[in-house]
Amino acid sequence: MMKTWQAGKRLLPMTAALGLLLAGCGREDLSVLRPQGPVAESSYGLMKLSIAIMIVVLLIVFSIAAYVWIRFRRKKDQDEIPKQVEGSFKLEVLWTVIPLILVIVLAIPTVKVVFAAGNDHSDDKDAIKVKVTGHQYWWEFEYTDYGITTAQDLIIPTGKHIAFELSTKDVLHSFWVPSLAGKMDTNPDGTVNRFSFSAPNEGVYRGKCAELCGPSHGFMEFKVKSVSGEAFDNWVASMKAPESVMPEDPVLAEKFKSQCLSCHAIGSMPASPVAPSLTGIGSRESVAGILLNDDTREDGAPILENLKTWLHDPQSVKPGNKMPNPKDMGLSDEEIDGIAEYLAGYTLD
Amino acid sequence: MDWITTVDHKKIAILYLWAGGLFFGIGGIEAILIRIQLIKPMNTFLDAQTFNELITMHGTTMIFLGVMPVIFALMNAVIPLQIGARDVAFPFLNSLGFWTFLFGGLLLNLSWVMGGAPDAGWTAYTPLSGKGYSPSHGVDFYTIGLQIAGLGTLIGGINFLATIITMRAPGMSFMRMPMFAWATFITSAIILFAFPAVTVGLVLLTFDRILDANFFNVDGGGNPVLWQHIFWIFGHPEVYILILPAFGIISEVIPTFSRKRLFGYSSMVFATILIAFLGFMVWAHHMFTTGLGPVANALFSVSTMLIAVPTGIKIFNWLFTMWGGQVRFTTPNLFAAGFIPTFTMGGVTGVMLASAPADFQFHDTYFVVAHFHYVIVGGLVLGLFAGLHYWWPKMFGRMLSESLGKWTFWTFIIGFHLTFFVQHFLGLMGMQRRVFTYLPNQQFDTLNLVSTVGAFLMGVGMIIFLVNVFLTSRRPADAPEDPWEDGRTLEWTIPSPPPEYNFKQTPLVRGLDAFWKEKMAGHKAMTPAEPIGPIHMPSATILPFLMSVGIFIAGLGFMFSRDEFSSSMMSFLFNNYIVTALGLLITFGSMLMRSLFDDHGWHIEPEELEGGEQR
Ligand code: HEM
Ligand SMILES: [Cu+2]
Repeated sequence: MMKTWQAGKRLLPMTAALGLLLAGCGREDLSVLRPQGPVAESSYGLMKLSIAIMIVVLLIVFSIAAYVWIRFRRKKDQDEIPKQVEGSFKLEVLWTVIPLILVIVLAIPTVKVVFAAGNDHSDDKDAIKVKVTGHQYWWEFEYTDYGITTAQDLIIPTGKHIAFELSTKDVLHSFWVPSLAGKMDTNPDGTVNRFSFSAPNEGVYRGKCAELCGPSHGFMEFKVKSVSGEAFDNWVASMKAPESVMPEDPVLAEKFKSQCLSCHAIGSMPASPVAPSLTGIGSRESVAGILLNDDTREDGAPILENLKTWLHDPQSVKPGNKMPNPKDMGLSDEEIDGIAEYLAGYTLD
Repeated sequence: MDWITTVDHKKIAILYLWAGGLFFGIGGIEAILIRIQLIKPMNTFLDAQTFNELITMHGTTMIFLGVMPVIFALMNAVIPLQIGARDVAFPFLNSLGFWTFLFGGLLLNLSWVMGGAPDAGWTAYTPLSGKGYSPSHGVDFYTIGLQIAGLGTLIGGINFLATIITMRAPGMSFMRMPMFAWATFITSAIILFAFPAVTVGLVLLTFDRILDANFFNVDGGGNPVLWQHIFWIFGHPEVYILILPAFGIISEVIPTFSRKRLFGYSSMVFATILIAFLGFMVWAHHMFTTGLGPVANALFSVSTMLIAVPTGIKIFNWLFTMWGGQVRFTTPNLFAAGFIPTFTMGGVTGVMLASAPADFQFHDTYFVVAHFHYVIVGGLVLGLFAGLHYWWPKMFGRMLSESLGKWTFWTFIIGFHLTFFVQHFLGLMGMQRRVFTYLPNQQFDTLNLVSTVGAFLMGVGMIIFLVNVFLTSRRPADAPEDPWEDGRTLEWTIPSPPPEYNFKQTPLVRGLDAFWKEKMAGHKAMTPAEPIGPIHMPSATILPFLMSVGIFIAGLGFMFSRDEFSSSMMSFLFNNYIVTALGLLITFGSMLMRSLFDDHGWHIEPEELEGGEQR
């Protein structure tokens, strides 16, 4: 066993070099190769180890291949019959044993990490418990200890373990924040999955759905926003404050109530099972998970504009999604713009 | 007519080749459309629904209808010849297997014109593939089409098992059998054990969809994860059904063009058996993120990694077959040479995927798309190209053009690596698979563009191959018996293409690489194991074709049995299962005919055998 570990150690410098090379790949808030938390870090460690081993294997195979192709190429007028070798017991044992050793070198840390990843913090008093529910094509996050529910943006305090309980209301989805942790499927009730991750640094990380779930599967994105403990507590408090912010214009307020709140919920209303909560939507990172509310970036736009884009034609933003077109619900263009303005202003401090 | 009624394994091989080529072409066009859609972010070339139908049909078509029949074509063309037999064990069944396969495939592709193709991915995970979320008939075409096609595969597999067990020429013990025959034997065994699993799965899913059963429906007490287990208990061995024949082909081509016997023959046989065995033990590595828990994940991680060992044995044995030989880079050998590093790259990413915690990141991303295309295209398709170029003269009596062959090779392999190498990085950078488009500014754009350009280059390679086939077909059929001059196995001892009866006299096998052994002993031909005598031949028959047509009609009838039609006549016919019954009647009627009318076949008398005397 000592031996195999030494072999592992010898690969370390190579692993380090590779790490540097791969770290150049992709966005910090998205790439598997630039892990931002311990769980993603441990997957990344295994990836580096396996890539290093595999590159060694490839180099050996490629060089033997290149050697035989050049050295033993048939020459013109070469006609003697080559020796018909049966094989070689020693050589064959050699290339049975070497792969076996390499597999052991990889298998031991793999098994260790598998069991470490099995620690889902579901009975950790200190962890934040979040129930994640996948819907075609949006994400719901329920903080069971605080009694609040939000959608699309998962707000977490830095450094704390977040204990997830995952399930789906319709088809299978898979919850994935590449730079924080690997993915985990959301199955229907009965086969609920648990896992956990934590984010040591403040930041916004991009999350995705990784299991084909219908036409807009590719658009089923979400954001993980990791904030200081204090900011998190403030957010919880303002989510809990019984808000009754409604559009000022009473006609608009009536329309909003009868047409939108039949599916969505705001403030202290019980969370709706069919549509994302709109509480504090003005402070979110995105509309519908994919229209980024950030006009300082080239792929972003002001939230008002994003809301208008969505409300004027939800189907063109996310094909196949379950929200009816507000126009078909009898809202005029002005009313839609009015509701967009109201929602854009509905922020949590 | 001749083609519809034939039971000759060589003609059936050609039928399989045409059918495979047709479906492979369809799957290839689907692939190109997918890649055009992904050429840039937020592309609107295809809509989301069409895209999902395309990836589903591309995956399904390629796996079940594209490469399988080409594998079966080569097996049919070569196996009886390699083992010195006059046909397969059950020629009638052989023909039945082909026709059920073809009609299953046609049924599946009919979905494009009959109201929507399947759209739940080739893995058809429930509940997405259930009627609630996939209400069109698409998935019904999938379940019923694959059921019928799978029947053909199962029949073919059993036939090869029987053929190889019972019909080897005198002296050909199992340990003297060519590697391709071994690969076929083991592959057929995997088919025998794996296909029943998918058959059961497809039946259950059909019942869920058409008869409102609740096998996978949670509200009715079913379990969607059950589908994943059933699917992958079949699906993982299926991967080995695909790749083992390629291993077999490479093990034939490399020795021939190195003029050396295969290095470590017995360890190759052993490795093949071990791979097949392990192939059944690792299905859950497709399900690491399903939530099986750490114990299952650890076990399946380790068992999956173990497959690297027998695979490694094979790769080094191939390399050492060339060592000390005289390597000739003909087109078949170029493909075999391209196979080794390319397949190895697919193999090593497989080991990486086997590490469960790392797979939490890889799973369902473009990294996986890259991995399995390295195995299936870089392994199997390169292997099939090697095999096709190698045995083409034997099948058709004509040599494919070497220079066009080399063009095919270079465009195809360069295009291949361009397309799929970059996809590893796309996956690691956070691009999930099966997405119809992606947002800009995620650093996905350039790599996707490169990938699409590569796909076009592969397309060019395919077209050059088709041109080669076309031009070759117009030249005279004058290939010699042993066109590569260094043939080692029995198929090279008879004319190209072989006469109907293959061997005028069954050859006597005196060792591994029987023909090479005779050549080295200074003989020009095999020693016969029997005197010249009348040869018994099976009669041609249209019954297999009719049976398959019957199943096809029954399938369609069942699928639409719950539909409302605008014409009451149609509703009457379908809703009362009259169409289904009619189809089954045709099938069972044909079976009855087969049992009632004994056909003893016919004989070719010695005087009719060409050439009279053995040369
Ligand atoms: C011209 C060559 C090919 C190209 C450019 C190509 C490209 C692609 C692409 C872009 C996808 C979709 C990935 C995704 O988003 O999930 C895909 C999926 C797939 N391909 Fe290919 N492919 C090619 C050949 C093949 C061949 C020859 C096979 C098998 C024999 C194959 C088997 C598959 C399978 C099984 C899938 C998964 C389908 C699914 O997700 O349901 N491909 N291919
Ligand atoms: Cu999804």
